[in-house]
Amino acid sequence: MERTTIDLWVGVFVALGLAAIFGLALKVGNLTSSNIGETYTVTAAFENIGGLKPHAPVKSAGVVIGRVDGIVFDSKDYEAKVTIKLDKRYKFPTDTFANIYTAGLLGEQYIGLEAGGEDAQLKNGDKISHTQDAVVLEKLISQFLYSKASDNKPSDSTKAAE
Amino acid sequence: MLKGLPKALAGLGNRTIEGIWRIGAGARLFFYIWFYLLESFKRPRLIVREIYATGVLSLLIIVVSAFFVGMVLGLQGYNTLQKYGSSEAIGVLVALSLVRELGPVVTALLFAGRAGTAITAEIGLMKATEQLSAMEMMAVSPVARVIAPRFWAGFISMPILAALFSMVGVLGGYFVAVPIIGVDAGAFWSQMQASVDFRDDIVNGIIKSLVFGVVCTLIALFEGYDAPPTAEGVSRATTRTVVNSSLAVLGLDFILTAFMIGA
Repeated sequence: MERTTIDLWVGVFVALGLAAIFGLALKVGNLTSSNIGETYTVTAAFENIGGLKPHAPVKSAGVVIGRVDGIVFDSKDYEAKVTIKLDKRYKFPTDTFANIYTAGLLGEQYIGLEAGGEDAQLKNGDKISHTQDAVVLEKLISQFLYSKASDNKPSDSTKAAE
Repeated sequence: MLKGLPKALAGLGNRTIEGIWRIGAGARLFFYIWFYLLESFKRPRLIVREIYATGVLSLLIIVVSAFFVGMVLGLQGYNTLQKYGSSEAIGVLVALSLVRELGPVVTALLFAGRAGTAITAEIGLMKATEQLSAMEMMAVSPVARVIAPRFWAGFISMPILAALFSMVGVLGGYFVAVPIIGVDAGAFWSQMQASVDFRDDIVNGIIKSLVFGVVCTLIALFEGYDAPPTAEGVSRATTRTVVNSSLAVLGLDFILTAFMIGA
């Protein structure tokens, strides 16, 4: 089969297309960062997860050490059960604290792990029992308003109660 | 006024029947193309030549417009985002809008204008000059020899062009955001990578472009094959190719997006 210039150009075209798809996958997308080698799975129960989503990062000291694998509602305890995949290289004590934080004011929510002092370490399938829920802004504001109201004008609030 | 009414009604009915007839004929053509699938892939040289005509020759317009679209997205996005103090999110904005929507859709519209019209005019003229009838006389199926290779060329070229469009567009956005405006390059890429999902965004964009490629090429082929064999007929068919392809792409985009977002 003899080669023509057209073959060359079509080859260049297809190669460019493949390069673009690879570029999109690796440079634009999260194909590289989503798989963090070998992992082990732990769970944590929260009363309120706020806006936490699957694939959200799990950080400790600000470093991404895992990802949220799945979130299900547990109808027995009326809690959210969050499955977390952690990098095998990082071990945490059994009394580790799991908090839900928000990155910036409008940013994504992520789970922050704070190590405790126990010697025993979390294993695959373990449950993190110390958790802190996501901060719900409305709750904070209403708490703040109520405390303000009761601090400043006790007479007003008693009037309102009547 | 009442006198004109029956005529208007008759015209409406005529156009509806004509439309349904054309949809049926287009579907039959689509079926024939699959029927000649093996036969057309036995002669890959033909498909390669058509990829050159539809894909390679569209490269310039796709790359240049992608770069400008990306730059405009960068400028506009920065203008709005900086009001909320989150100008680093510009990478996310540019990448998501390109990968999900603008890449496949604008590429399909340009593809219809650049390659679709060429296909329609070429096939229409082949028909007008009775080249297609001559092929049939020689027991060569015009669908296998002329139509099917062009279809597969469009099917292959379109996703490649759309991926290139998205990638070049992102680079255009980068060019405006980082060196010109001064957004931090690390934040630009890392926020983008944190928010663009491979399966949900990039693969869905590629699926969209595949569907648009099939639709645009099929419309262009059908309009050419169906064109009245006159100069006026070919010119009208070319116009219809652009109009119908654009409408089909925009309408299908809504349907596909609804499926993908899972409303």
